[in-house]
Amino acid sequence: MSQGRIGFVVLLLIALLAALPLVSPGDAASAHQLEVFSWWTGPGEDEGLAAMVDEFKRRNPGVDFINATVSGGAGSNAKAILASRLLANDPPDSYQRHAGLELQDDVRSGKVVDLTDLYESEGWMEVFPPGLLDNLTIDGKIYSVPVNIHRANLIWYDPRALSALGLPGPPQSWSEFLEQATTIQSRGKTPLAVGPQWTQKHLLETVLLGELGVDGYLGLWTGRTAWRGPKVTQAIDTFMKVLAVSDVKSAAADWQPQLDRVMSGSAVYAVMGDWSYAYLALTKKLGWQSEYAVAASPGSAGIFDFLSDSFTLSVGARHSRLAREWLIECGSRLGQDLFNPRKGSIPARTDPDESLYHEYLAWDLQQWRDPNTRIVGSLTHGVVANNAWNSEIDTALGLLVQDGDIGKFAATVDDKRLETS
Amino acid sequence: MSLPVDVHPPPRGGRIPRAASVHRVGRRRRPQWLAGLLLILPSLLAIGLFVYGFIGWNVRVSVTSWRGLTPTYDFVGVRNYLALWGDERWRLDVRNIVIFTTVFVIGSLALGFGMATLLEKGVRGQGFYRSVYLFPMAISFVATAIVWRWLLDNGTGSDTAGINKLLSDVGLGWLRSDWHRSEGGWAIAAVALPAGWALSGYVMALFLAGMRNIPNAVREAARIDGATEAQVFWHVTRPMLRPVTVSAIVILLHISLKTFDLLYAIDQRSLKIDTPSLYMWFTTFDGGFYNRGATIATVLLIGIALVVGPYIRSSLRRGGAR
Repeated sequence: MSQGRIGFVVLLLIALLAALPLVSPGDAASAHQLEVFSWWTGPGEDEGLAAMVDEFKRRNPGVDFINATVSGGAGSNAKAILASRLLANDPPDSYQRHAGLELQDDVRSGKVVDLTDLYESEGWMEVFPPGLLDNLTIDGKIYSVPVNIHRANLIWYDPRALSALGLPGPPQSWSEFLEQATTIQSRGKTPLAVGPQWTQKHLLETVLLGELGVDGYLGLWTGRTAWRGPKVTQAIDTFMKVLAVSDVKSAAADWQPQLDRVMSGSAVYAVMGDWSYAYLALTKKLGWQSEYAVAASPGSAGIFDFLSDSFTLSVGARHSRLAREWLIECGSRLGQDLFNPRKGSIPARTDPDESLYHEYLAWDLQQWRDPNTRIVGSLTHGVVANNAWNSEIDTALGLLVQDGDIGKFAATVDDKRLETS
Repeated sequence: MSLPVDVHPPPRGGRIPRAASVHRVGRRRRPQWLAGLLLILPSLLAIGLFVYGFIGWNVRVSVTSWRGLTPTYDFVGVRNYLALWGDERWRLDVRNIVIFTTVFVIGSLALGFGMATLLEKGVRGQGFYRSVYLFPMAISFVATAIVWRWLLDNGTGSDTAGINKLLSDVGLGWLRSDWHRSEGGWAIAAVALPAGWALSGYVMALFLAGMRNIPNAVREAARIDGATEAQVFWHVTRPMLRPVTVSAIVILLHISLKTFDLLYAIDQRSLKIDTPSLYMWFTTFDGGFYNRGATIATVLLIGIALVVGPYIRSSLRRGGAR
């Protein structure tokens, strides 16, 4: 046999082998399998997920639980992979999204199943606060089950630093903050630490909330508050002033080093969500109220600016029955009490076992359950604006921080709201 | 990096198949091109589908209004392209990529050439230096970015770190810079530093290979004719290094236009160091603007083709004349 022919046969075999995956039957479909997609890989959250999965397996023996996590970028890497799977109509059975309008695109594209019936059969309409249910509802229906609640409108500080500076306490309004900033700067410290772009957006959101109040803030996302109006312009102007007394020109590379600057004493305040609690208390082992303390961000006492991780049921899920069982686990009192103390967040339900939540979490839970607390959703973390508008706001904010043109920023954000709705 | 230094045309005529066909003189002659076609068919199909097919698909998406998770294949003409040129962020990105490319290409060339010249002179422990200079290329751009993010830190006072700390420790504190946090175009120019650091070793290797290829006899002859060392360099070495230089420039240019991971990791979403490829990623996967992402990708492809195309054509022509 000539060499040429052997070579040809070999090439043919290689080509056939390469084509093999195309015809293999989709993963030897075991009926007792469940694929759940999340970006919970950090310390604390992966333990919380594991605890919930153990409990789920105890209730559903023999289930092969596939934990499809993608780490990095607070979920932004995971979202890119998820998008390609959803576009290819190859969805995981259940996937994580931030509760709220982050899910709007999925709903309008028919990627997720309406779960309103599950809410009714499990009695969740009574155990989740109405402010949360409002934000979960998209076009009249509910499509995801929230596992936890984080709070965004918080300002973190070291109480010892405050007394050393002779400050009576954390500022109650942004104008008081700016007054304190003068004192702090005269002592050679940075009044406010910030981090990468998203932490600046987080700051913008808390300034808008503090300056415009609950109704003004909510109106920004529904169109009732005019972005181009004088009140909003004033609030954005305050934001620029706050940014001017921060370390934005040499901002920390991430939110942990941002908090480090406060704890090491080079900066005095940092506005950040309450995932800081897990970092300060569990990772850095600092003492609550002695070495670190927290208050509602200026002007937002009695307001709870929330974000929440929630799970969905995909349209076309291969294991839809098990996925529903998973969602019941996510929404159950036991499941939430297993997950949240480990992650350092509080349950979305208002009936948890209080003895599990200490220090900051106890205070947080009390505020969450207080019927007088007004609940609003976070912009930066996907509750009040859909993905398209949110990413356009990212761009506009990046330009605002560079050129300081408030009028242009407000006009762009306003225009983009209509373009992307 | 997949670009070969020099593109050779396939060997002409296929001498070997002809020798094999001698056996089959008695049999019915099959057309000679058939076996060849069958051999390259798998890769032809794969390239046709996965490269050109997807390019075509991408261009198709760039003329639609597809946004979000519902693919839309309508036709809106060049609206997306026009919108891009009215987009302030895009204009900023174009400015940034031009600055980045200029600093990165010139810097890497100069640095690589300098190192090659020094090594060519025959330093003791040449092999060691050669490997050391090449190592940065073996590190992924993301790891490079994480390290340089710290080196280029611009904290002040007690937060001083990285290069600024080094400078102030040796009494050169006045050289302190904000690096990638600087105002205007300086930020993106500073990021060309780690990129150049990573690639200059590779350029050095290219130049070193080129220099080794210049026969010593030519240089000797020039010296005997009374040329000074500078004249030998300018009139003998430089022209003979031209093909290597052109290859190096083309490789660096297309790497520069595609650079993503380094910029992504060094300061996430900072518009100061935003480039078209980053904008493409964020607008597609954060915002779901598939139409805009595809438009940016198409413009990038055209940009790279404008750089690489003439080069490949000229190398093919050169190869054919041989």
